[in-house]
Amino acid sequence: MAKIHVSTTINGEPTEFLCEPQQTLLDVLRDELGLTGSKEGCSSGDCGACTVICDGNIVCSCLMLGAEADGRNITTVEGIAEGDKLHPVQQKFLEHAALQCGFCTPGFIVAAKALLDHNKNPTEEETRYWLAGNLCRCTGYDKIIRAVLDAAAEMRREAAE
Amino acid sequence: MTYLDKSTLRIVGTRPIRPDGVDKVTGRANFGADMTMPGMLWAKIKRSPHAHARILSINLDKALALPGVKAIVTGADFPDVPPEKAQIGAAPHNLRDLSRNCIARGKVLYEGHAVAAVAAVSPAVAAEALDLIEVEYEVLPHVMDVEAAMAPDAPVLHDDIFTAGIEPRPTKPSNVSKVVRFTKGDVEAGFRDADVIIERRYTTKPVHQGYIEPHACLVSVAPDGQTTIWSSSQGQFMVRAYTARMVGADIANIRAIPAEIGGGFGGKTIIYLEPLAYMLSKKSGRPVKIVMSREEVFRATGPTSGAVVEVKLGAKKDGRITAAKTVLKYQAGAFPGSPVQQGCICSLAPYDIPNAETTGYDVLCNRPKVAAYRAPGAPIGSFAVESCIDELARELGINPLELRRLNGARDGTKAAHGPTWNNIGYLRTIEEAMAHPHYRTPLGPNQGRGIACGFWHNAGGESSAAVHVNEDGTVTVTEGHPDIGGSRASMAMMVAEVLGVPFENVRPVVGDTTAIGFSASTGGSRVTFAGGMAVTQAAQKVVEELKKRAAITWDISPDAVEWKDGKAYPAGANAGSFEPLDLATIANRSARTGGPISAEVQINAQGQGPGFTTHLCDVEVDRETGAVKILRYTAIQDVGRAIHPSYVEGQMQGGVAQGIGWALNEEYIYDQDGRLENPGFLDYRVPVASDMPMIDTVMVEVPNPRHPFGARGVGEVPIVPPMAAVANAIADATGVRLRDLPMSPPRLLAALDGEPMRQAAE
Repeated sequence: MAKIHVSTTINGEPTEFLCEPQQTLLDVLRDELGLTGSKEGCSSGDCGACTVICDGNIVCSCLMLGAEADGRNITTVEGIAEGDKLHPVQQKFLEHAALQCGFCTPGFIVAAKALLDHNKNPTEEETRYWLAGNLCRCTGYDKIIRAVLDAAAEMRREAAE
Repeated sequence: MTYLDKSTLRIVGTRPIRPDGVDKVTGRANFGADMTMPGMLWAKIKRSPHAHARILSINLDKALALPGVKAIVTGADFPDVPPEKAQIGAAPHNLRDLSRNCIARGKVLYEGHAVAAVAAVSPAVAAEALDLIEVEYEVLPHVMDVEAAMAPDAPVLHDDIFTAGIEPRPTKPSNVSKVVRFTKGDVEAGFRDADVIIERRYTTKPVHQGYIEPHACLVSVAPDGQTTIWSSSQGQFMVRAYTARMVGADIANIRAIPAEIGGGFGGKTIIYLEPLAYMLSKKSGRPVKIVMSREEVFRATGPTSGAVVEVKLGAKKDGRITAAKTVLKYQAGAFPGSPVQQGCICSLAPYDIPNAETTGYDVLCNRPKVAAYRAPGAPIGSFAVESCIDELARELGINPLELRRLNGARDGTKAAHGPTWNNIGYLRTIEEAMAHPHYRTPLGPNQGRGIACGFWHNAGGESSAAVHVNEDGTVTVTEGHPDIGGSRASMAMMVAEVLGVPFENVRPVVGDTTAIGFSASTGGSRVTFAGGMAVTQAAQKVVEELKKRAAITWDISPDAVEWKDGKAYPAGANAGSFEPLDLATIANRSARTGGPISAEVQINAQGQGPGFTTHLCDVEVDRETGAVKILRYTAIQDVGRAIHPSYVEGQMQGGVAQGIGWALNEEYIYDQDGRLENPGFLDYRVPVASDMPMIDTVMVEVPNPRHPFGARGVGEVPIVPPMAAVANAIADATGVRLRDLPMSPPRLLAALDGEPMRQAAE
């Protein structure tokens, strides 16, 4: 079967790739482009470990075909930090010990970053519902929620300065 | 030398950022499925559609003819491994069973049992080839439920298994692989002394560990037999040993590299894929990668046992328990080895009971072979005993915490299974619970409070560690335990504390099997205890060496040197007057004082302190839907000494969340043919962020004197109490007692309506 040529933008870089029609965006990111930060936990959109931002919205990259990325603007976990400066969500995850095994962490980082892009001051409940599509089996979510709320506060402080 | 006095510590007990953290928040960390090799093939596994069947034939012709297929293996490609016990891991495994669990021989014993594996140039070709493999089966009667499997006329899974632990040895094969029994005192006399006797029956469903990372490995076998295994597991030495035995390779030819592990909770203390990838790589001459799908994880790995537990308690009117009798029947799955023995031991361990008898049955059935799951066995038995204690308290009209304090194990108590406790903090966890603001928070309508306690014995065992001082005075510590939840940080903290250097100067590394000495797996809550002991001893040896080097520099006796705050000082005025030498200076001059400075330590750690805990849980019940909301949760635990308190809290919170899932939602649902109907996270519902409140933690520190810093294992005991804590809270809120897990909305609704419990199809 002929491969499909796709032109897209990934983490700010114009990117071209060839993919098979049945390959998901997650397959392409991981197996064709070497961006293995996005994880496959279920391939059915239930765990959120493969979360990416597509044109401003979070999607499970396992539920999107690689071919559908054509003309889109995709951000993966590899594109969240700016150079050597971690995003406040990443920094707060470290400070709050909001990860144990770290496998779900990329999905949470991407989803939480998108939350704070949309909502500068989420409540605990809003944060819990926004992140309800990301499964973590290690932490019980306590420290993750605290990290995201603290990152939001930090970003509000930075914006006020 | 020990470091039990907390006031002298600079680093242990603080909360530095974990050394592997940045890699994990930026997507750099490499997990099981993240590695590739040049020329790599992708493999997939053909699995049984039947719960129990004889394999009559396997025809590979069409699959082998598919372009892009490079190798196929079946059970016939593997040595028929003898049934010897593996000499590794907390619970020894029968290697023949492990081998036949990885790939079936003769019979398939559960739906999802591996029958063949295909390596091809792409995942798509491998998947296409699976459909071309023709397997002819003779379907056999199957049995799923534990009591049905114990019945005399049940279909028998293995005709060479005769119940162990009963005399005389049976002459008929049985699904009951083993009976275990512990007794203390005279249980019948104890019940005669009782004023009140409560006798109840509880059931639990099998639940999966639910790690988010599916099993994955990449194996490369060279023509000379030298092999590299990259895989995600709880023990690279376990992977090496089991793979070597199952494929008939020499251990020295296998280098097992531990990938980052995306959760295990016990489920990655055995292997499923590596021997298959090994044989496919050997046959094809190319590296082979296998990654399980989530569906495969559910159908063929884990879970822990479903069970029936009967509990009989007798007590005086004043609350003193006079006797306890428990019977635990645990599903083992397709091969022997349920954690029933730990269930027997752990569920009565929190109590000082003069007369006790506990009997456990390990029962085969046509389900996946159970794997360890966080405090294996303990949560199941404890759900029953801790629920029954609550029922007893209500019957006696005594506060349930007070009843536990009255009967609680303390130093000098002899447990029903043998040991006499020393340096335990159980009563302190109860007292802290009584003093906690949670305990006095008022409850509203349809709200209730539940209490439950728990015990896990924790583990010690074999660990190796190496500490190397680098030329610039920084330090590398290499350990042999995969870091499943922050242990690199703890290891580096202990080393930095001993050496007197900043935490950031110590780089912890998890070594592969050629880089560090043998280390038992990450499991049994043993790493901070045993691994911590090893790294501490290695760092202490380095300090002795550093003192020697300073002594050479100063031309004085090593006894006249003392090491303090990362520097060598002359010990007192008689030693002479010298400027202190710091680590960097000594390291930089090491070529002039005897060469590189490092130390390796290999230990078999003994004296792990047991873990005790008390949990408080508040729920609100929606009487219209049967849904239970967790309002508030507090876990109080004797942690010995929290090396990195954030990660100790994290273990407590994570265990609670898993326990809440077990209590309220998680269960396997099989159809009448023994096929799993919910092999995905949509229908097997683990807790999500919106299900949970914040989880408060109280770390009680009763130092374990056998560990240099006083640490005891902390990771497992937090999952022991939640099921009973939730059940007791529901009973408190509604007056309705649920004795069957999960306490899902339909079940609770039926119970509230006074209907008999609906049992899922078995």
